[in-house]
Amino acid sequence: MKASMTLAEKILANKLGKSYIEPGELIEVPVDLTLANDITAPLAIKIFESTGITKIFDPQKVVLVMDHFTPNKDIKAAEQVKICREFAKKHKIFHYYEGGNCGIEHVLIPELGLVGPGDIVIGADSHTCTYGALGAFATGVGSTDLAACWITGKIWFKVPETIKFIYYGNLKPWVTGKDIILYTIGDIGVDGALYKAMEFTGEVIKKLSMAERFTISNMAIEAGGKVGLIEPDKKTLNYLKNRFKRNLTSLKADKKAKYADIKEYNVSKIDLVVAFPHLPSNVVAVRELSQKIYIDQVVIGSCTNGRLEDLAIAAKILKGKKVNSNVRCIIIPATPNIYYQALKKGYIRTFIEAGAIISPPTCGPCLGGHMGILAKGEKALSTTNRNFIGRMGHPESEVYLTGPAVAAASAVLGYIGIPEEIGVKPEEQNWRK
Amino acid sequence: MEKIKGKTWKFGDNIDTDVIIPARYLNTTDPEELAKHCMEDVDPEFSKKVKKGDILVAGKNFGCGSSREHAPIAIKACGIACIIAESFARIFYRNAFNTGLLILECPEASKEIDTGDELEIIPEEGKIINLTKNKTYFIKPLPSFMKEILEDGGLIPHIIKKYKK
Repeated sequence: MKASMTLAEKILANKLGKSYIEPGELIEVPVDLTLANDITAPLAIKIFESTGITKIFDPQKVVLVMDHFTPNKDIKAAEQVKICREFAKKHKIFHYYEGGNCGIEHVLIPELGLVGPGDIVIGADSHTCTYGALGAFATGVGSTDLAACWITGKIWFKVPETIKFIYYGNLKPWVTGKDIILYTIGDIGVDGALYKAMEFTGEVIKKLSMAERFTISNMAIEAGGKVGLIEPDKKTLNYLKNRFKRNLTSLKADKKAKYADIKEYNVSKIDLVVAFPHLPSNVVAVRELSQKIYIDQVVIGSCTNGRLEDLAIAAKILKGKKVNSNVRCIIIPATPNIYYQALKKGYIRTFIEAGAIISPPTCGPCLGGHMGILAKGEKALSTTNRNFIGRMGHPESEVYLTGPAVAAASAVLGYIGIPEEIGVKPEEQNWRK
Repeated sequence: MEKIKGKTWKFGDNIDTDVIIPARYLNTTDPEELAKHCMEDVDPEFSKKVKKGDILVAGKNFGCGSSREHAPIAIKACGIACIIAESFARIFYRNAFNTGLLILECPEASKEIDTGDELEIIPEEGKIINLTKNKTYFIKPLPSFMKEILEDGGLIPHIIKKYKK
């Protein structure tokens, strides 16, 4: 009889050509793609060059995306990018992105079709887990692990146990994947899936757009997860069509697989939420806020919520409205392609007419890099993924996390609120179809 | 590995990488520069107060957040010889290991040690001795695979040794 495996176990076993592996095993697997950005690549390059080894295992499997502090925010950042640019040239790294072809890595890489189901991906960026939405075993590592992999083409893992998350019921108006994942993290805590694989499944996941699935997998790390996997289905294959050029390895979890835990959520009970400072797990329903939380800045963007679907929601809400005079509303299309699509669909015009600021694709304010830093005592409402102390600027500033609908409505209100408060009716929400 | 003896600095749960080294300082990879800003947003004087050989003690999920290896580098460069925590975030755990920063998972010790306690740590024996409170703790031994990496002096020397065979 064939032994049953979870999706994470299946992908790893498949890569090793084994019929079965189990949690706790230490394995070394070949890697399909490696990535780094303008913060982590310079360190990986320094480490790689210190070894005296001159050959990268496969330059086609190396992606360098200059997205964090670009367009270069200062001289030091420009020097770091220069190191990466020269390294890419020297080693004939084709997938080097800077300037007009550059977007936020975790949105850009799937968009370019560089990652697909069954892949093993390591990235020197914690949100590498985003590609779990395509059924790839993708996880964040540090620069040393990355540099070592540039030499060997392999990475060692301890096979993780898996927690299964099942979502059922009907989604409330405006509620998106962001609310689902924030609610989940609020339930299990920021270390609720520490060292474990998260497998997101159920009828609701099937209904979500690819953008929402990316949002969910993206935040697996915020619960301590190693990977955040979603089984590929028709929607996944449709997304990959005309993008992904390699052979597909579409794997499914076995029905009798052993899970460390199974969590079930009735999404009919999940409302629009916001995560209070300073942890993504401090989740509260916006309707249940006991007092008005006035905000100084709204950010709509990032590897979590900077996709076209997110901008579509924001545009729907901001159409014909004005951003509150006390608020700076910064909107960041995650890639040049998304920017272009948003332009063609009229979203950019809507944003400008509403008085929002359009930023070029960058991680920028999400990590307090540039393009929207907070002063002491300021509050930001953001569609990003972290609200740690000092994340977006001054150590005494505050970040509240939410989805695109609440962010856009709050930009108009000047305080954290829901679309209904500015007269946008819920039935206008039909973007998922 | 050598014995460690030093004073402790205690922090709470979920100490994230933005607190360990804020992203505004990530436009460099220089360890000395990074060390100056270690833990700055929760204790601006931290890097000045720490003495070489001191020990950092924390609760659960230490090092959660980003994958920045600048975090263990900053901690090590400001003189910290070892971190004891109830648990570590997984990327930080790997990064600390790979950059040669000793980290020990010991929930009991993490709970009972206070700032200023003097500790002696014998890595070979997996032993933590609280000299101030006169109490000894043992940690789980490492898997042999990881011990091998440690004995080779970190991941990169380990890889080179294998690569050049």
